[in-house]
Amino acid sequence: MLNSPYIRKPASVQGVMLAVLVALTPAIAVYASQIAAVVLVNLAIATATAMAGEAFVLKLRGRPIAPALSDLSAVVTAWLVVLCFPPILPWWATMLGVLIAIVAVKHLYGGLGQNPFNPAMVAYCAMIVAFPALMSQWPPAGQLDFQTQLGLVLGGVRELDGVASATALDAVKTGLRAAGATVDAIMSAGSFGVIAGRGWEWLAPAYAAGGAYLLACGVITWHMPAAFLAALTVVSGAFWLANPGQFASPLFHLASGGAMLGAFFIVTDPVSGATTPRGKLIFAAGVALVAYIIRVFGAFPEGIAFAVLLMNICVPLIDMNTQPRVFGYRGDKAR
Amino acid sequence: MISRLFNFRGGVKPESHKTESSGTPIDQAPLPKRLVIPLRQSIRSTARCLVEPGQKVLKGEHIGQGEGSLGTGVHASTSGTVVEIAPYPMAHASGLETLSVVIAPDGEDRWIDRVPFDYRKVSREEALGWLRSCGIHGMGGAGFPTHVKLGSGTGIDTLVINGAECEPWITCDDRLMRERAAGVLSGAMILRELIGARRVLVGIEDNKPDAIERMRAAASTIGDDVAVVAVPTLYPAGGEKQLIRVLTGIEIPQGKFGTDFGVQCFNVGTAHAVHRAIHFGEPLLSRIVTLTGNVAHPGNHEVLLGTQVAELLALAGPKADTDRYIMGGPMMGIELQSLGVPVTATTNCIIAASPTLFPPPPPEQPCIRCGECARACPADLQPFELYWFSRAKNFGKAQEYHLFDCIECGCCAYVCPSHIPLVDYFRFSKGEIWARERERTASDQARARFEFRNFRQEREKAEKAAKLAAKAAETRAKLPEAAATAAGTAAAAVAAEPAASPEDLKKALVAAALARAKQQKAAVTPKNTDSLSAETQAEIAAIDARREKRNTQDADKTP
Amino acid sequence: MLTAILIMTGIAIVLGAALGYASIRFKVAGDPLVEKIDAILPQTQCGQCGYPGCKPYAQAISNGEADINQCPPGGEEGIRKLADLLGREVKPLSEEHGTEKPKSVARIDEQVCIGCTLCIQACPVDAIVGAAKQMHTVVAPLCTGCELCVAPCPVDCISMAPLAETVETWKWKYPVHELRSAA
Repeated sequence: MLNSPYIRKPASVQGVMLAVLVALTPAIAVYASQIAAVVLVNLAIATATAMAGEAFVLKLRGRPIAPALSDLSAVVTAWLVVLCFPPILPWWATMLGVLIAIVAVKHLYGGLGQNPFNPAMVAYCAMIVAFPALMSQWPPAGQLDFQTQLGLVLGGVRELDGVASATALDAVKTGLRAAGATVDAIMSAGSFGVIAGRGWEWLAPAYAAGGAYLLACGVITWHMPAAFLAALTVVSGAFWLANPGQFASPLFHLASGGAMLGAFFIVTDPVSGATTPRGKLIFAAGVALVAYIIRVFGAFPEGIAFAVLLMNICVPLIDMNTQPRVFGYRGDKAR
Repeated sequence: MISRLFNFRGGVKPESHKTESSGTPIDQAPLPKRLVIPLRQSIRSTARCLVEPGQKVLKGEHIGQGEGSLGTGVHASTSGTVVEIAPYPMAHASGLETLSVVIAPDGEDRWIDRVPFDYRKVSREEALGWLRSCGIHGMGGAGFPTHVKLGSGTGIDTLVINGAECEPWITCDDRLMRERAAGVLSGAMILRELIGARRVLVGIEDNKPDAIERMRAAASTIGDDVAVVAVPTLYPAGGEKQLIRVLTGIEIPQGKFGTDFGVQCFNVGTAHAVHRAIHFGEPLLSRIVTLTGNVAHPGNHEVLLGTQVAELLALAGPKADTDRYIMGGPMMGIELQSLGVPVTATTNCIIAASPTLFPPPPPEQPCIRCGECARACPADLQPFELYWFSRAKNFGKAQEYHLFDCIECGCCAYVCPSHIPLVDYFRFSKGEIWARERERTASDQARARFEFRNFRQEREKAEKAAKLAAKAAETRAKLPEAAATAAGTAAAAVAAEPAASPEDLKKALVAAALARAKQQKAAVTPKNTDSLSAETQAEIAAIDARREKRNTQDADKTP
Repeated sequence: MLTAILIMTGIAIVLGAALGYASIRFKVAGDPLVEKIDAILPQTQCGQCGYPGCKPYAQAISNGEADINQCPPGGEEGIRKLADLLGREVKPLSEEHGTEKPKSVARIDEQVCIGCTLCIQACPVDAIVGAAKQMHTVVAPLCTGCELCVAPCPVDCISMAPLAETVETWKWKYPVHELRSAA
């Protein structure tokens, strides 16, 4: 016997996840054509690993496998892991990262919907702590031929001299440590494009396009990306205006590293993020602030992953204190 | 008259499916073979039965007397014979039975004497009493008695007439407004007068342009303070609180009534029933029911209350692949467990459902906290939080997150991409909380009664002991004196000796008691003859004389 | 060495004084534990636990004289709540004290009743009305279903009738969590 409502909107978790995958395709296209085509190989490895890992854990847990696999959530996690890892990472490192995300973060907490932390970000943090050297080797965009990339990923050979280079964020950070260096001087080097890392900077608009698609589909709301981008702009803008020589411009920060990926695809993860409208604003702005601090003053060149995890911890507190006003309760809040 | 419309947050736009049944005029349903009229008119009150099996009743005759302040009268919907008074399934999600009066119609449909009721000539209370005895209660949703909703009749500014009909498929209010606009507005005017409202706002969703036009035409003849307002089509705009919000901007929190905020809301059907009751003296005996869904001839029918659904459905001709029937709309209706359920005043629609029209929802998936439900919720709740708490049976937390502000409209479950039956969880939680509250009240009462009983027993014991002790002390104190009296009246010999030994004391006591008893016996005289006035004495003398006389006469007669 | 001992002693004295003060200043009247246990017990007052009422049983639990699994009307849920409150292990209902039954109320067969008042005296919550040599009847809403009136009746006219589900007491069931079987 069924109870009302007897009609359902044709929506599904699968549909939501599919929309996210579709939204990632422009960025993947830019990545493959402008930076490193081997990312497609990585995506294939990660997807297969995620599916196999998920199926294995589900079997261990005695849960039905088919519905959980077909909801595509594991694929989304796998793709996000690949997109935040260096593309020339050896195959086993990619697999390890995906397995950390799927097995340790998602299923050890009880499966889809139960994990308090963002799986892809935990994978990134775990890997950068465990393999700091490997995780810092980023190829210059479009410089390596596919054979070399494939060799780096599939073969065990790591001849990195002349292959890997520092990311734009890394270059700025280490450059500024030298006496008398200024941002402008550093950014006039050949590895820089118009606003950030050469080639890499084009990923930002592609992610933004995907984000716009998600917003249009109603999969994400404006709160998170807007708060994240606004907070990052404001805080980096404040430092930049105070001292343009020692601090990079907001534009550089927005187009570098994982800022755009974070704004539209990472902080917007509903499972581990805040859920109330005001909570979302606080959560995303918090991620941006902490990420900026780590980028500029911390030991790691990119701080979004750590920032997301830090804010994930705060989510219950944020949600509890930002419950929206319930219909009919004038002035006083819901709680 | 109204400058702008407000809006409520959330809401959904399911496919309306109104055109299937809204095209044809209201059809008068034929007299059914039998009527099952439940004595329970709402969940809150059951009427007292006034008829017996075998009794002939006329159309409109009282067969049930409303009990308590929420009770309303129950009437025979047609003339005929009462066949039995027995439990029959009721239109409720539980499928439980309730005591019902079964009437076999005689086919004549003969009315009682109907007299229009001039509510202006009598007091307000009498007018409300008339509506109550006519069995008028809400025909939109919960079936709340109209005389209660009319309240004290003070402090009301706006009367809202609800013609929104936001649920998909249902068109009975649409047809009612199209065909009987004048009646609806006439009822609205009576309600306005009884509740003392300044203005009347009729809210109709803008997907019913014809109804809006007819109602506006009818309203133009009445005056300026009646406005027919087209409200945007957005489920659940027809929810009482949502419609009041849209039309007036007032938000009524859970547990409060519109009257606390100067606004009250009635359904168009209720307004029409009030019009019939006042101007024609007719109790509430029929309503318009939409038959739609998987049927050959969808449409609206004027149906006598008590007509069983099975008999009614024959009018529409359900198609072969119909697998179940929904009473009410698809968002908030109930699946019928029996087709023996009768039509009641709140039965607005019967939908024949087939797997193609209403496919069963896909299996439940885990909640991903996407927040779709929160964006759809018209009560601004966070349904997914309530879901986590309800699932874990953490009822305290669920209540803290305003579970009872949930109006069970179904928007959250409608949009949920994980296909979680959210409303089922909320209904479950509410039921459990109510049950616990009942248990708590019962156990508190039992505790109080148990403690009082113990206290009472202790007290009785103490009182008894105290009484005995006091008496003993008293007697002992009186002893020498008692002994002396006893000596004087009973036994001089005993008295002569000094009352020293306990033996003697006992004897003396017994003697004294005996003496007291004797005295009392002697002293017994009718008390009401003491200290009489002269007249009474004279009367008594006269009566005695009469009695004496009769006695002598009787004595004379007897040979 | 001496300084250390002195400091430690000083700390001990200060803390001791603070604790002593707190225990007097924030003393809670009565025994709240007994009240808390009593609040969980169903107040049937049936005595199946071996104590003359729910309060004495609560007292006994609090004193450690009675176990938490002696209350059949409270059932499993009651035991679970007591275990939660007292931080003990949940255990099954002790069989010697009875079994969990559906909630019932007593009914007097008024044709048979001789008006002896024995049941009235037995009822722990005064839910039976009547007088000597007059018919007795149970006030059903007040009856806790303790069955204490059944045994004293000399003509066996009292029976326990399980409470039927009504619209008022009907509850929505817990939604069945449907899992698609492994394909």
